[in-house]
Amino acid sequence: MAYVVQRPELTFKEKAYLPSILNGLKITFGHFKKMIKGETKVTMQYPEEKWDSQLPEHYRGAPTLVKDEHDRERCVACQMCEFICPPRAITIKPEEIPSDNKFAKVEKRPREFEIDMIRCIYCGMCEEVCPEQAIYLRKDYAINGLTRAEMVHNKAKLYELGGVFAGLVHKWNPEK
Amino acid sequence: MMTLAFFNSIPWEMILWAAGKAIFVIFLVVLPLVSYTVYAERRVSAAIQDRVGPNRTGFPTTLLGFKKDLQLFLGGLGQPIADAVKFILKEDFTPGGVKQFYFWLAPCLAMLPLVSLAFIPFGSSLFGEKMVIADVNVGVLGIFAVTGCSVYAIVLAGWASNSKYPFLGGIRSSSQMIAYELSMGLSIIPILMLFGSMNLSDLVQYQADNGWLLLPLWGKGWSWERWLMLVPLGISFIIFMISVFAETNRLPFDMPESETELVAGYHTEYSSMKFALFFLGEYAAMIVGSALMVVFFFGGWSLPFIPDGNGNAAPLFQSIFGGIYALLPNWVWGLANITVFFGKVALILIFFIWVRWTLPRFRFDQLIKLGWLYLFEIALANIFLTAAVLAFTNSK
Amino acid sequence: MSTETAAPVQMVNVQIDGVWLQFPKGTRVIEACRQAQKLIPHYCYHPKLSSPGNCRMCLVEMGMPKMTPDRNPVVGADGKPEIAWIPRAQISCAQDVSEGMGVRTNSPMVQECRKGVMEFLLINHPLDCPICDQAGECKLQEFSVEHGTAESRFLERKVKKPKSVELGPRVTLDAERCILCTRCIRFMKEVANDDVLGIVDRGTFNSISTHPDRILDHNYSLNTVDICPVGALTSSDFRFKMRVWFLKESATIDTNCGTGSNITVGSRENVIYRITPRDNEAVNGCWMPDSHRLNFKYVGSPERLKEPVIRPQLGEEGPTWQQAINLAVEAIKRNAGRVAIVASGRSTNEELFLVKRLATALGAKVDILPRSGVADGMLIAADRNPNTSGAKLLGVATGQFGEIVAGVKDGSITALIALGEDATKAGLSEEDLAKLDAVVATDILPNKTTAKADVLLPVSAPFEKRGSMINLKGRLQRLNRVVTAPGSARDDWEVLRDLILGITGSNGLHSVEEVFKAMAAETPALAGLTLSRIGDLGVDISLP
Repeated sequence: MAYVVQRPELTFKEKAYLPSILNGLKITFGHFKKMIKGETKVTMQYPEEKWDSQLPEHYRGAPTLVKDEHDRERCVACQMCEFICPPRAITIKPEEIPSDNKFAKVEKRPREFEIDMIRCIYCGMCEEVCPEQAIYLRKDYAINGLTRAEMVHNKAKLYELGGVFAGLVHKWNPEK
Repeated sequence: MMTLAFFNSIPWEMILWAAGKAIFVIFLVVLPLVSYTVYAERRVSAAIQDRVGPNRTGFPTTLLGFKKDLQLFLGGLGQPIADAVKFILKEDFTPGGVKQFYFWLAPCLAMLPLVSLAFIPFGSSLFGEKMVIADVNVGVLGIFAVTGCSVYAIVLAGWASNSKYPFLGGIRSSSQMIAYELSMGLSIIPILMLFGSMNLSDLVQYQADNGWLLLPLWGKGWSWERWLMLVPLGISFIIFMISVFAETNRLPFDMPESETELVAGYHTEYSSMKFALFFLGEYAAMIVGSALMVVFFFGGWSLPFIPDGNGNAAPLFQSIFGGIYALLPNWVWGLANITVFFGKVALILIFFIWVRWTLPRFRFDQLIKLGWLYLFEIALANIFLTAAVLAFTNSK
Repeated sequence: MSTETAAPVQMVNVQIDGVWLQFPKGTRVIEACRQAQKLIPHYCYHPKLSSPGNCRMCLVEMGMPKMTPDRNPVVGADGKPEIAWIPRAQISCAQDVSEGMGVRTNSPMVQECRKGVMEFLLINHPLDCPICDQAGECKLQEFSVEHGTAESRFLERKVKKPKSVELGPRVTLDAERCILCTRCIRFMKEVANDDVLGIVDRGTFNSISTHPDRILDHNYSLNTVDICPVGALTSSDFRFKMRVWFLKESATIDTNCGTGSNITVGSRENVIYRITPRDNEAVNGCWMPDSHRLNFKYVGSPERLKEPVIRPQLGEEGPTWQQAINLAVEAIKRNAGRVAIVASGRSTNEELFLVKRLATALGAKVDILPRSGVADGMLIAADRNPNTSGAKLLGVATGQFGEIVAGVKDGSITALIALGEDATKAGLSEEDLAKLDAVVATDILPNKTTAKADVLLPVSAPFEKRGSMINLKGRLQRLNRVVTAPGSARDDWEVLRDLILGITGSNGLHSVEEVFKAMAAETPALAGLTLSRIGDLGVDISLP
């Protein structure tokens, strides 16, 4: 049901605008004064002040590839991340590991693994979907480059960013 | 041939002086002032909103081989220069379907308010030369004539853009200008009635000798007649100030470009330097408006205790400080007058900025209603009030 | 159902999940359940193969009619026989339906049995789904989700078996993934008649192997990959190329021989990755030969013709299509009456129809280039042209090829239009072609004729165009677009249409559907058909 909202009755002072305007000017001047005197707390001044040391453990920075403690590429090019990636930033070209390789038993590895950091939205779906715990979102957030090509992280770059991650998956260990 | 003869009759020193003054005012004072008003706008608004504002862009001395960019006391002072460079380097895009000639003409017209600076006495005198580019007896009329033309920039931009938002902005602007130009003109009439002349230099000289119109403390100003005149002059001042806000499209009256409704209003389709011209024109109009307020109500270049460019102050101060005035050469005092004038202008500009970041925008119908139903009537009535006060004081 | 059998088919009443249905006698229980929309999980059972019943996945609860002591069925309150349920689960793949039989496909006991079977099957499974090519279409994955448990209770060491074993040139075995369903063994024995596979070792070390002196090199060996329900047998060609869930599967037909096997083509981002047979009882069942399914690499070849080319003296480099067509039309008109057309048995009916129109308009001799091989008695026909029947039906296969060759040699023919065929393969030498006033060629890859062509127009490969073909048995089937043609290559029918347009002035055909409609209107055998009415499985037509 429709009902009528009674507009507030304005006094003459309020109707005259000017006193209210002066009041407003007073408020803004108060802020101005506090800012000038340095009493206002302002945001972090980025390049000089950084929050890096306080980034939480679960911070989602740039996705990277990791190797295990035996220097094996954890990624087996299952392409699940390529499948799940919402902005389709990931492109994987798989290949077979040659039989003379130390890790020939793993059979498959990425020949090329590219993440287009212009497309990446840092959602972490790749990390979540990875069955091999090979892709991790690390704490790098300042990803930049002068060309589009520079913004595509290739396999070497991803391993360089990711480094070694000793941990759980022992599936490819022949003893297991 | 007649015009040629006319020009030939002008002494060449006069032309040189006029050109020198124009160059000085426009390129050395007003354009930098515009740039730094923009900068001030950003810093002041930031302070009002508890932010930091642009505090990074220094002067890129690293380009010249220095280790560090030069950061002056506040930082960010290079921002206006960087902005200007950015505007020049951006793509100058002319959309398809626009009226080419008028589309290009509009930003040029936007710089028109600068012309009205010619009538404004920005200093007393320097080396015996009056510090006003055109010392004419119809200065007030001239200013109104020129500023009245500035609406063409907006209307033409809106119409030539061939786009709905600029068009709406242009239409709003024209009706707003008409509404407020009337009350602006009418609000000046009491001053003219009191003073009896339209020569702005004389008006300022009068204020220097006899107290500012809003601060009648010395000379003839120290009389109950002038204090009684403060009533109509105060009303005049308020109406004039509001009208200047409206004329320069500043908040709370920035209807033509209200971005929440009209994207960016009349300059939606403009980019690069053409947009920059609109931007500069807007701030130039602000400076002109502030200068007018200073000239009409705050004594122009005059400041108590400081003599004019000939070393003469109001008799009251002359008698007390005359010895001190003689210590320094007259041109120092002339320069001091110019500084005082632009200092006053800067203060009023800061007030403009302060108001902008305090008040919300009017609704368009409220704006028009305020202009036509209140300010216009009050200004009209104020003329009669002034006449009555004048008649009363003269009869005594 | 076949109507040739003399005796009427005896129907039996079977209760499936409480519903009484009738099936022909001899139907397997698993098939009956499938027909009743009750899918029973299975690994070893395959409708085309014998049923060893060794995977135990298709367990269902079965029952027979309850009998009175005088061997009469006990009839329940609803007038149907009461069923005496067998207290243990039975496999449904090795049992035929019988009168009064009852089947429960989803009872608690059945569910419990399936769960147990799944757990046993997965005991030694390596769980290497991330690298397994079967992942995504793996029955172990599917049934494990539907019927298995999430956790394994197996704590002991898994049995290690050989991985990545090359059984033959085209098939790779991963013995760890194998569940020993023996589908591959039975296929090679029963369908391919080449009993090369078998199980070696004992007990838990059972694994698939080839005969010690043999390798799995039969031309139908890749069908074992198709029927392998898990990732044990994988195609060496497709190995690690692309995960199956990325593949766009398009239904089309094979164009390597007159059989016209139905195929599914898997492609991603305009690249073909694999071809698998598509079930069609009227044509190829569910099999196809390796040689045909691996013959798709030429489609993505970097040598593909992408832009129209004209012989340099005729004009500038890089002509537009319109310029090239205009030049071709001009050359043909110049030689009016002395033109011959070498058509192709690999063209679709629509293209051949337009070829016939073109030939009629020009009064030109036309014939298809014969292409024959050896029939293997299974799915490879001796005629390696996929559409000879269509060419005959539409009057393009005229048997005039000898006359064309003779005409070229004696100079009575001065212009040749080669439509996707290399004329040098049929008796014409390169000198003969050089002698001609004009050679207009359309093709997908460069060959000796295209090298001599005055105007060379790039066209679409079989996977890149739509149309219809008629196989040797007279089945009209549809060809679908799987990928798009490279560069500015056009569909053949568009090129022919433009040539006809240039020569005769008008035709009014704007789509391949319209071409088919025009063709059906003029060809009695195709009367009443449209391209969409052919459907995915094709229709039989009566060839004259």
